[in-house]
Amino acid sequence: MADVKMINLTIEGRPVSVPEGTSILEAAKRVGILIPHYCYHPGLPIAGVCRMCLVEVEKAPKLAPSCATTVAEGQIVHVHTDRTLEARKGVLEFLLINHPLDCPICDQSGECELQDYTFQEGRADSRYRDPKRFNPVEDFGGDVLYVPNRCILCTRCVRFMDDVAHDTVLNVSERGDRALIGKFEGKDMTNAWAGNVVDLCPVGALLSKDFLNKSRAWELDRTASICPSCTQGCNVMLETREGTITRIKPRTNEEVNKYFICDYGRLNYRWINRTDRAEQPQVRTDGALRSIDWDVAIHAAASLLKDSRAYVVASPYLSNETLFLLSKLMKRNGGAGAFRAATGEEVPLPGVEDLALRRDRAANVRGAELFGFTRTDRPLERLNDGDVLIVADDDLDGFSADDVSRASQVIILGTTLPAPAKDAAVLLPITNFAEEEGTFTNLRGRVQRFMQAKPAPGLARPSWLVLGDLLGALGEQDTFYLPGDVFADIAKSHSAFSALSYEKLGMRGLPVLNGDGGVKQSGAPEGLGAGAGGAR
Amino acid sequence: MGYPHPSHARETPVLSRHFGEEEARTLDGWKKRGGYQALEKALTMAPGDIVNIVKESGLRGRGGAGFPTGMKWSFMKPGDGKPHYLCCNADESEPGTFKDREVMRWTPHALIEGCAIGSYAIGAETCYIYIRGEFTEPLVVMERAVREAYDAGVIGPNAMGTGKRIDVHIHKGAGAYICGEETALMESLEGRRGNPRIKPPFPAVSGVFGQPTTINNVETLAAVPEILMKGADWYKGMCLSNPKSTGTKLYSVCGNIRRPGTYEVVMGFPFGEFLHDVCGGAIERRKLKAVIPGGASVPIQTMAEAEATLMDYEGFVAQGSMLGSGGVIVIDEKQSMVRVIARLARFFAHESCGQCTQCREGTAWTTKIVERIRDGQGTMEDLDTLLSIGENMTGTTICVLSDSCAVPVMSGIKKFRGEFEALIHGKRVHSVMTQVA
Amino acid sequence: MGGFESPDMAAHDSSAHESAPHVPVFTGPRRQELDAILAKYPNKMAALLPALWIVQGERGWISEDSMAEVASELDLTPAYVKGVVTFYTMYHQHPVPKYFIQVCTTSPCGICGAEDVVKALLRHTGAGELGVPSPDNRFAVIEVECLGACGFATPIMINEEFVESVTVDNVQEVLARLA
Repeated sequence: MADVKMINLTIEGRPVSVPEGTSILEAAKRVGILIPHYCYHPGLPIAGVCRMCLVEVEKAPKLAPSCATTVAEGQIVHVHTDRTLEARKGVLEFLLINHPLDCPICDQSGECELQDYTFQEGRADSRYRDPKRFNPVEDFGGDVLYVPNRCILCTRCVRFMDDVAHDTVLNVSERGDRALIGKFEGKDMTNAWAGNVVDLCPVGALLSKDFLNKSRAWELDRTASICPSCTQGCNVMLETREGTITRIKPRTNEEVNKYFICDYGRLNYRWINRTDRAEQPQVRTDGALRSIDWDVAIHAAASLLKDSRAYVVASPYLSNETLFLLSKLMKRNGGAGAFRAATGEEVPLPGVEDLALRRDRAANVRGAELFGFTRTDRPLERLNDGDVLIVADDDLDGFSADDVSRASQVIILGTTLPAPAKDAAVLLPITNFAEEEGTFTNLRGRVQRFMQAKPAPGLARPSWLVLGDLLGALGEQDTFYLPGDVFADIAKSHSAFSALSYEKLGMRGLPVLNGDGGVKQSGAPEGLGAGAGGAR
Repeated sequence: MGYPHPSHARETPVLSRHFGEEEARTLDGWKKRGGYQALEKALTMAPGDIVNIVKESGLRGRGGAGFPTGMKWSFMKPGDGKPHYLCCNADESEPGTFKDREVMRWTPHALIEGCAIGSYAIGAETCYIYIRGEFTEPLVVMERAVREAYDAGVIGPNAMGTGKRIDVHIHKGAGAYICGEETALMESLEGRRGNPRIKPPFPAVSGVFGQPTTINNVETLAAVPEILMKGADWYKGMCLSNPKSTGTKLYSVCGNIRRPGTYEVVMGFPFGEFLHDVCGGAIERRKLKAVIPGGASVPIQTMAEAEATLMDYEGFVAQGSMLGSGGVIVIDEKQSMVRVIARLARFFAHESCGQCTQCREGTAWTTKIVERIRDGQGTMEDLDTLLSIGENMTGTTICVLSDSCAVPVMSGIKKFRGEFEALIHGKRVHSVMTQVA
Repeated sequence: MGGFESPDMAAHDSSAHESAPHVPVFTGPRRQELDAILAKYPNKMAALLPALWIVQGERGWISEDSMAEVASELDLTPAYVKGVVTFYTMYHQHPVPKYFIQVCTTSPCGICGAEDVVKALLRHTGAGELGVPSPDNRFAVIEVECLGACGFATPIMINEEFVESVTVDNVQEVLARLA
């Protein structure tokens, strides 16, 4: 591999060494200096139009736009001098002269880069004495609202649609101070990736209709997680307000989704907040399900399973930890298991390599396959008479009580009690992914951690905890107290996971390796090395 | 030649000597006047030699920047295997400037010949002449002349029978002053909004369609055949002052002057005599008050400064302004400087492409303030604000339209502050105001 | 109308004119013209400004349907084409009266009486107000920026016809020549 030429320069007195071709702005980031900017974004082509990032380069007569100027050997760059501060103050003043005093009603408030830099370096007053420019709010279609009055013409949105989404729906219309973002009548922001422009907009000019007026930015708690809506495994932030998911935002991961998520995943969060939840463990006593202590419920389930063959209907929404323990349960006494996954159209984001809204619309299809569950549209087909049916997080939509009746007993691990299983013997209420910690495996075999973003309802428990207790009650193992401990067990028993641990995964994830240390290829599900087995 | 007036004895008509002659527009008429001999000669020479002659002559870009033409041509690397392009900038939109229009409508073949020689010299087979959309007559005349040139085999796949290809295409603009900026011109040619590009990369490295490109003004290219026929020494010899400014310059003289028109004088000519004698001086015995010598983007001169100027690049700089495009706007005592400046600011605000924050907002804001002062609603703070805004608009943007808007405002406040203050304090302005010396 | 737009016909919403189905522009001789133009450039996008001129030459203005047609011909999106159309002042996004008069009022002409020429034109065409069609819908008068004929104040354009040296004294004569 050819050596990259390194360039050495000094920024604000700090020496920095970066590959040739790096911009001054990116070089500054390397030494912890954030040069204020608007139009620049690492995921977009350079525009250099906002003029906020101007820096002083010794021996150069004019200030240089640091996002558009590549480093040169021996350059001495100053970011905070009288000249640059005046320049930035000037840009801020210019941006504010026509900017409406919308902060009290603007969704961007609290996470607005115009607010931030003005507070930091702007003028305390405005010298503008004339009427402000006015344009009405426009519906751009999809989830996007455009408020021209607030727009600073950074053109990030136009560049995103053009260069990353390859769907030039937005333009800059008019020119001079009449310029605003425009589109063509009848061609809307319905692209599956269009919602990213709302994230990219530094101010409150592009807004999410879904999020409109719902919350103040500072009222939101932010938790790192993984999008559950398809197998891409985009890294996200679940943003909650008083324990309710209010918004999903992308989290940067250079290897998975860069800076973006699709609109489907972005807006598919309402199910996470459902309140019609199973909240109490229940056991059938005297012909009806009655609420009972967890210990009693676990032992009731264990006694049903003790000498019986289990048939498991699993779910691709479950974590690796849960699926691992479920598969242990399944393999006792030679049981079998299956799962189904909803599908939809694959929609790539053409400007980013290997990023798409995937066909399989659940996060852990790969995990379910890796742990030995067969994928099928008819998951109850191989349920044998007399099996104990364990339904783990499948709502049994499309099935009837008859389909389930072949089973001798039904144990539900679910967020609700599915109607076809109303005669279930045991109901063990579990959390959804946002209410627990765990990992998913994406379609490329990348294992990524997600953290708990909201409290569990009632007495619901994480499914790995429930299954751990269940296996414990069956004498199979000791109790797990942490999901990391379950993961460590996976690593011990499945060679593909052997190099991984929660510490090593961090918040960026790592690929699952196959037996000889190479990275798993996508395609047909493979075994996991020694210890794999189970029904296919 | 003072067109539409008869040539003044003190002019040196080179480019303008056939202005007004209908026959000069035709290929045959042009050949009768010695046309296309330079191209014939050029096609027998090595391109590098042509470049050297132009370098030697001292020809500098006549669009406003004054960059040495030969040096600009030498930036085009021969033999790089890439298609080279020549663009002729005929977007003439600088207020006060109308000389390229005369070249195109009277001597179209001079321009075609210059384009052909220039293309050949820089290794280009294709030249685009970007003519602003409002120039109806030049467009018709140039299209006709290009067709004639193709029909006669002067240009085309076998230019003058030499087997060399030279294509000339006319590209019509659609109403945008900013497309006279060389990188915005290239954007417009490519079918985009006329947004100037960040440099580097420079056009000679990556220009139209990503290929090496040279952009030259109409007047610059029209001078090339003359230089080739009469020699670099001839051109260099036409110099009355600074040796870095050689040859003749077309000046568009307009405003409050007795004989507005297109004049041609040698570099270094005394400006006072030019205005009062050659151009006829003031109308109706009014007093002249100010001059903008190089189009709206250069600083306003007081009459004292103008009368002390020798007309070349360095001479105008020495007297508080710049040669620019040579669009001479003469302003007499009857005009309000504030009105003039307000309308210039409005021009720049209208023409701003809108990319850069300082220009997009600053040009409009400047206009609003100056118009308020003009209308008697200004304050003394406004003057400080204007100067502050002007500072912020200078040297901070992708192109210099922003700087250009600040220039008349700042030079106006500096040299004619009295008129601004009079309007602020509520006095009407009718007579010559005393200026800050 | 505020701002700096030529006060030419405030409405940028051309939907009122869009009722009839679009008749393609690029057929027959216009098609040939476009093909000839495409041959001059190494890619299709560069033919955009010339293509838009063909449309305006045929129809007198550039409708949204026409923009969509041009987009389709040149492998561009309609939004892209619209962004270009709205940048350049000479492309009309709505129909204009038979005689669309554009008067230069930038400073060099401004100090030579351009504003009086504007007033005279408004009076003698009957338009009365900038940007508003005359009652007989034959004329509209707008102010434009420097037309590049400053020594021949005041230059005006009537549609694409360029008329130099218009003064208060010859305005009526200029108008009389029009049908």
